[in-house]
Amino acid sequence: MTMISQDAAAPLVADEAGGLHRRSLPARFLDFIRHQPLGTVGIVMVGIVLVAGIGADWIAPYDPTANDFAAMMQSPSWAHLLGTDQFGRDILSRIIYGARTALIVGLSTAMIGGAGGLLLGVASAYFGGRLDLLVQRALDVLMAFPLIIMALAVVAAFGTGVRNVIIALTIPLIPRCARVVRSSALAIREVPYVDAARACGFSHSRIILRHMVPNVVAPFLIVVTAAVGQAILAEAALSYLGLGVQEPVPDWGLMLQGGAEEYAVTAPWIAIFPGLAIMLAVFGVNIFGDALRDALDPKLRER
Amino acid sequence: MKPAEPAASSAPLLEVKGLRKHFPISEGLLIGRKIGEVKAVDGVDFTIRRGETLGLVGESGCGKTTTGRCILRLERPTAGEIRYNGLDIATLKGRPLLELRRRIQVIFQDPYSSLNPRMKVGQIIAEPIRAHGIERDRARRAARVHELLSVCDLDPAFADRYPHEMSGGQRQRVGIARALALEPEFIVCDEAVSALDVSIQAQIINLLEDLRERFHLTYLFIAHDLSVVRHICHRVAVMYLGRIVELADCDQLFDNPQHPYTQALLAAVPVPDPEVERRRAFRPLVGEVPSTINPPSGCTFHPRCPIAVSACRQARPELRELRPRHWVACGQVDWPFERHEFAGIRSPPKRAVPPPPNKEAGTQQHEQNGRIRWDRGLGCRRLVLLRR
Repeated sequence: MTMISQDAAAPLVADEAGGLHRRSLPARFLDFIRHQPLGTVGIVMVGIVLVAGIGADWIAPYDPTANDFAAMMQSPSWAHLLGTDQFGRDILSRIIYGARTALIVGLSTAMIGGAGGLLLGVASAYFGGRLDLLVQRALDVLMAFPLIIMALAVVAAFGTGVRNVIIALTIPLIPRCARVVRSSALAIREVPYVDAARACGFSHSRIILRHMVPNVVAPFLIVVTAAVGQAILAEAALSYLGLGVQEPVPDWGLMLQGGAEEYAVTAPWIAIFPGLAIMLAVFGVNIFGDALRDALDPKLRER
Repeated sequence: MKPAEPAASSAPLLEVKGLRKHFPISEGLLIGRKIGEVKAVDGVDFTIRRGETLGLVGESGCGKTTTGRCILRLERPTAGEIRYNGLDIATLKGRPLLELRRRIQVIFQDPYSSLNPRMKVGQIIAEPIRAHGIERDRARRAARVHELLSVCDLDPAFADRYPHEMSGGQRQRVGIARALALEPEFIVCDEAVSALDVSIQAQIINLLEDLRERFHLTYLFIAHDLSVVRHICHRVAVMYLGRIVELADCDQLFDNPQHPYTQALLAAVPVPDPEVERRRAFRPLVGEVPSTINPPSGCTFHPRCPIAVSACRQARPELRELRPRHWVACGQVDWPFERHEFAGIRSPPKRAVPPPPNKEAGTQQHEQNGRIRWDRGLGCRRLVLLRR
């Protein structure tokens, strides 16, 4: 009887729930802001970096590579909002263009490395046995190298430049991502809905992609968004060491090199502003990732 | 009401012969060295006729779920035959296995973890239909999902919901709808109602019965709740340590249990009358369930059996048909049948005549040997034993 009365009441509830799921985009966005204030801050920060990176050509007030020897090492002013460096290049413009480099490196590293790690981790857990053992030992070997050492070795082998920096940062990301994903996938593997999927005769790829991957998304997103931040940071480090992006390409890591060190006392803005840009971009990406994880979980979604 | 029994002449749909599933216990990092094995299922034989419901009962760890998983081919049996419609499915691979998956489906115990939380109910039910290419047209597939939901007494509007937005009973109905999506002939109900409230249990059982008649289904009903089994099953097999110890028609098994283990199991079921309950004389089982890694020699039940003799330690008793359709794996019980009260275990045969059931003595004995406690795993009251 309980069941029947529930069922009788169901259409109303279902319509309501169904209606909620189909709400307009602005309404859902407002919902998000209300429930994820910190996430909104993250979105705004990531948005600023995105806009700067994509629209650099229109936003930047100066050419980032143009030297102006009449205005070298100027402190922030109305003409140069964030000042100029030792060659008279506008720091704001260089930061805006630097966002483009940071985004290209950060996003492609996270996407390629994340996708590789995700598939490797879930497949390793799903098939188990000897394959799992071999994959895990291979990843152990990769994990044994610290990120920056690994990246240095790759850059030393392939040479500098944006593409090689991406390769150098992707390789160490794959095992880190695969390890985290595998541990959650191992738990998912034992859950009856995976057995149910096997009993239904689904293919391995369908079970992995439709049933296991969506359920390891939460830890995966955390790792991947952290990886975007980490990649931006590591890229800056490589460039600072002179092994990443090369002059005159505008890049945050490069901006910390050379003049920034030399004139840290007399012209601190040369070092402070690119450093702030790196810090805020990494921070924004991280809190954005947290909010994204919550937003994608149907259980945490507002009903 | 008791379900109508299928015609006795109908052919067996499923025949299990000598089914074994041993899980290796290995040691070592790269090259595992086998140091032992868990004999989860160790030689199980039974048949299920088309349209029949066979109950598989036993305590936790006796191998009933593993038996079900072997039939579903979620596990690869170590040895033995599983003949489905005459075809041995124990070693099936590739395409034929895929075809088999459409015939044999499963309903799981836990309605919370058996549905993918990231998929809507409609997707969950539609997925098997889509994956097997049964219905490629989206609208017709949606119609089929709605039909399946109505068959399981759910509002079709539930298709738009996520599983976590539903109650346990509703989710179990979704699990049943998914199992029906491929139009199977045979369904393994693995503790399908154990996780539900008693009131919901009854509804789901009635639904299962209706579906069996409507779609001519055959069930293997794995359970530990004996009252549910008695209600729904035509025949019942009792398992102990990976083997079947008794198999008989449902009423026959409950009214006239022969194997000492079956008798102990039935005696542990409480009588819903405190007066009767107080007067019942118990001869509780002694000891613990032995390990399946290193089971006792001969009859695996002998260390706990009140009627064991030295021969029980030597040879393992095979299932014998003591009376038509009543199989027992025990060398000590024999024709003619005695009708036993629910009085626990029979007295050892050394005494020619069992002592008359003495109320006082019975109560004392039971106080000396153990206490009755609620057993959550078994879903009923059970004797908690103190060693003698």
